[in-house]
Formats: sequence, structure tokens, C-alpha cells
Amino acid sequence: MMKLLNKLIGWIDERFPLVSTWKAHASEYYAPKNFNFWYFFGALALLVLVIQIASGIFLTMNYKPDALFAFASVEYIMRDVQWGWLLRYIHSTGASMFFVVIYLHMFRGLMYGSYRKPRELLWIIGMIIYLALMAEAFMGYLLPWGQMSFWGAQVIINLFSSVPFIGPDLALMIRGDFVVSDTTLNRFFALHVIAIPLILVLIVVAHLVALHEVGSNNPDGIEIKKHKDANGHPLDGIPFHPYYTVKDSVGVVGFLIVFCAIIFFAPDMGGYFLEYNNFVPANPMKTPEHIAPVWYFTPYYAILRAVPPMFGSQFPGVIAMGVATVIIFFLPWLDRGKVKSIRYRGPIYKTFLALFVISFVGLGWLGLLPATPTYTMISRILAVVYFAFFLLMPWYTRIDRCKAEPDRVTFK
Amino acid sequence: MKAINKLRILVLFWMLPAIAIASEGGVHLDKAPINLKDTAALQRGAKLFTTRCLACHSASYMRYNRLRDIGMGEAQIKKELELPEDVKLGSTMQAAMDASAAKLAFGVAPPDLSVIARSRSADWLYTYMRTFYAAPDRASGWDNLAFPSVGMPHALADLQGELKLQVETHEGHTTRKLVLDKPGSLQPAEYDAAIADLTNYLVFMSDPSKLVRPGLGYLVLGFLAVLLVLAYALKKEIWKDVH
Repeated sequence: MMKLLNKLIGWIDERFPLVSTWKAHASEYYAPKNFNFWYFFGALALLVLVIQIASGIFLTMNYKPDALFAFASVEYIMRDVQWGWLLRYIHSTGASMFFVVIYLHMFRGLMYGSYRKPRELLWIIGMIIYLALMAEAFMGYLLPWGQMSFWGAQVIINLFSSVPFIGPDLALMIRGDFVVSDTTLNRFFALHVIAIPLILVLIVVAHLVALHEVGSNNPDGIEIKKHKDANGHPLDGIPFHPYYTVKDSVGVVGFLIVFCAIIFFAPDMGGYFLEYNNFVPANPMKTPEHIAPVWYFTPYYAILRAVPPMFGSQFPGVIAMGVATVIIFFLPWLDRGKVKSIRYRGPIYKTFLALFVISFVGLGWLGLLPATPTYTMISRILAVVYFAFFLLMPWYTRIDRCKAEPDRVTFK
Repeated sequence: MKAINKLRILVLFWMLPAIAIASEGGVHLDKAPINLKDTAALQRGAKLFTTRCLACHSASYMRYNRLRDIGMGEAQIKKELELPEDVKLGSTMQAAMDASAAKLAFGVAPPDLSVIARSRSADWLYTYMRTFYAAPDRASGWDNLAFPSVGMPHALADLQGELKLQVETHEGHTTRKLVLDKPGSLQPAEYDAAIADLTNYLVFMSDPSKLVRPGLGYLVLGFLAVLLVLAYALKKEIWKDVH
């Protein structure tokens, strides 16, 4: 039996780099041995991507992208399709959990300086994944065709019409109509189920290729490739397989426990994962009193609302919102610290990072609430903190008093 | 310990929006006594729903035979819900009244109630159905505390009776109170219980998977807990030579 299997592998290997690929990316890919809790989220993001694609395929079999039938077809899935409710809740929970995982994954990068040289491109590819994910989530959210689907899309697409000169035409081109309509639903469906997922999968592969080219950073923020043994393997590295495949399995099961607890016991998560108002069919004639995007967009939404209209145009707010996402791309060049990891950074960086977390979470919270003068004021302050974290970074990372990095990774 | 503290902070941030929204004002909503395990209550609610609400409202995503989930047999569904002969058990619940006729009568088309317990909360429905009061100046003759200027008349007035609004101003505080003016066929406590049954049914109907989800959830989590122990043991074994 074993002989036959080896023969088969040999046959494949003469025609396809099976064993060498497995070695290069798993059994002989050396990762730092000191990964902690925060290093689960990359693998988990991949897991959620697979979950979303798998559950999405089955939802597509029963969903109807038609303004007349979309809402009803979702309820059909929830009631008449065998295990349809499970598929739908897996997919809706997966959407929110994708962002939970990605935000924690990005925060890990911030803490340990994972975006610093030589991982600039890895960071940029990751940011592109993040943007693609936002587009994917935004378009997917239109599909249930509830009030929040409709009016959320209406509000966001209207932002494009504030672009000077080409705005109205641009918004028209996105919608394919003068209002969000059946046409919009159809094209968003096409983009959501094939165009963007295809791009997502490709850039996720690119993200992994770039990661395996430069190797993982680690909580100490030092390069394990500086110290190698006689065979040329990093002394502080261990093969990804079996060490991290089994360790990530623990993370995967831990994550699935949280994931399933949500699916089975609280799939709408108090209105944050599935908004209550989205169980009212879309009605173009009736604007809801309070339109809030889903939680993962609200930090940017709060920044948008924090900027007052200028010259009778919302455009400055749109610019601020755009800059708030694009500025993250530039982290590798904004950070001038002598060390990468928060473990050896001085008090100034730690303070700024804490303020940044407070501003991001605070903006996310305010973005969910109706804009009152007080809330808008707080949003403005938090938005300034948000941008200060990035714009002042070249200055405060340089003057910060860092501790000396260890020569080898610390591992208890 | 450190990890637990970090987790605590994460959970706290997660809770912030909930705390903020909970502090918003509005009409006081009574807590609906929801119990999806009470099959008898669900059946009473189903009966009240199909015999009364379905006159004007539809539940067009809900099929009659789905009532099997709450322990009703085919014969029981037909008999107790007083279904006309031509209604098939596999069909969805359609209003007796034509939607356009209803719109003419009430000013708005009565909304479909399949998922109403998800868009409105159970507490809201429970409060709403108990806070209709006589308003002779309105076209329908009714108004509602939970839903001011509602188009719907009090469809269960024969059961509840007629409530009157009493506005009292006491040391600058205005309190709005409903008092029973003309009694209905049910005692107030009986009416509350009937509305509790109805709300219970509406919650079930809004997501029938609610009946099976928790039971299945414990099984799944139990399986995952065992898997977690095994996965951790495997990790420990493989990692024992890493120092």
C-alpha cells in the first residue's frame, strides 16, 4: 500500500512540484517558535474565507437576485431549504467574524511592527485584501434586500455623487439606475459571488507567497534568519508542519466554539450582526429614521459624519473617510522606530497605540448612534486622534526611548 | 491571567455600543414572557393568530404545516385554526382581506407578520397589543401608546375591552396611564396571558429554527469541547521538544 502511494507521488512529482511545494511551504517552512495568541488570526482569516465561500455557494443555489423575490428567497432559505437557516447564519455570522478576525490580525501587525522592512509589500497586499473585503461585505449586504440593505447602499453610493464634476455620473454608473434598484441588486450579486471573491482568493495567495518569501515576524520583532544552524535553518525557527498546523488546530477549534455559540444561540448578536430593521423588506418610498451601517464600517462612517460639509458639499467628509483607510497603507514608511515590537518600544508609542485603539473603537461606537451635537463633537476629537496616530508617527517613533532588542527570541 | 485581562478589555469594548443603546429613551416596554418550550402556549398563540390577525395581515413566508414544529397534527391544524376547505396545509398563510382593499380601509397596507418579531422586538409587540386606547377623534377610533397614530384599529377590543388614556400632571411630571373603561370578554390578566401566547407564537414564526437551534448548539459545542481537549493534547505532545 505504502509502496503504491510512494509510486503515485513519484509519478506526480515528475510532472508537478508536489513534494517540493509541500516542503517549501509546510514541512520545511521555518516559522519563529515564539508565536503567541495574536498569531492565530492569520490562519483563522483563511478559515473564515473558506467558510464564506462554501456556505455562499449553497446560499446561491437558493437565493434569487431579483428585487421582487430577494427578500422572500432569503426567508425561503431560512424556512423551506433543508438546513438553510444554518447556511444563512453561518454566512451572516462569518461576515462579521471575518472583520473581527481581520481587525485583530491587523492590530497584531501594529503591535509587533509586522509591516516594517522587509514586509512592506506583505502589508500592502494585506491592505488590498482588507479593501476588497469591505467591498465584498458592502455588496453582500444589499442582497437580503431589507430596509438597511437598501438604504445603507443608497447612502454609501450617494457619497460618490459628491465627487466634483463626475460625481453624479459616477453614482449612476455604480447603481446602473437613478436609485438603488433591481439593476443594482443584480450587479452587486454578480460582483459579490464571483468578481470580488475571485480577486480575494488571488490576493490572499499573493499575501501568503509574500509572507513565505520574507518569513513571519514574531512578538519580539527580530529576524530569526540572523542565526542559522549548520543546515541553514533558523535556530529560533520550527517547521510550520507539524508544529503550527497542530497549534493552529487548537486556535481553529477555539474559534469554532465562539463561532458556533453565536450561530446557535445569538445569530443576530443583539442587532449588530443582523440588524433588526433589515427584516423589513426594502421600501424605496420609506426612509428609515436612523440608517447605520453594519458595525465593521462604523469607524469610517463616524469620520465621514465628523467632517462638516464645506461649500455645500459632503465631499470633504468623503475624502477624510477615504484617507482614513488609505493612510494605513503607508505605515511601513511612517514608522521610524529603532525597534519593531511593542515589547521594546518606549512609553510614547504605547500611549499613541492605546489612543488609536480608543479612537477606532470609539468611532465605531459613535458610527452606530444617531449624530447628536455632542456625539459629533466627540467624533471630531477621536478622528483627530485617529489621524494623529499616523501623521505624527514619523516624529514620535523617532524620539521614543526604546529598550534594547534581545539577540534571540524570548520563549517561555 | 494576562490573556484573560486582555480578553476582558476586548469584551468590554464589544459591550460599549449595547450599553449606549440601552440608555436611550422612548416608551417603556413591558417584558414579554417568552417561552418557546411551552408548546401549549405556542398552539394557543397560533390559534389566536390565524383566527384573528390573518383577517388583514399575511404571514406569507410561513406555511401552515410548519405548525407541526409546535406539536400540531394535520387534523388539529385544520380544525382548530378553522381553515377553509380549499386551503392546503403546504400553502403559506395569506390574509383573508385583499391587500389593496386593506390599504383603502386603513391608509396603509397591513404589514406581513412573518418576521415582525425580528424587526419589532417581542417586548414591543407585547406592549403594543396591550396599549390600544379609544381615540374618538381618529378615523379608526383608536390610538396606541407604543405606536402613536397607528393606522390599525384595536382588533382584539372584544377581548380586552376599551381602555381610556388618563394624562395626569403631578409636580411638573406628566404621566400617561391607561385605564379600563369598558371591560371585554377577558379579565385583564387573561388578556395579558393571551397576548403573551400570541407574542410567543410570533417569535417562533419569525425564526422557526429557534426551536431546534439551542439543542443542536449544545451538541455542537460539546463535540467541539472534546475536540479542543484532543487538539490541545496533540499540540502539547508535538511541541514537547521545543524549548
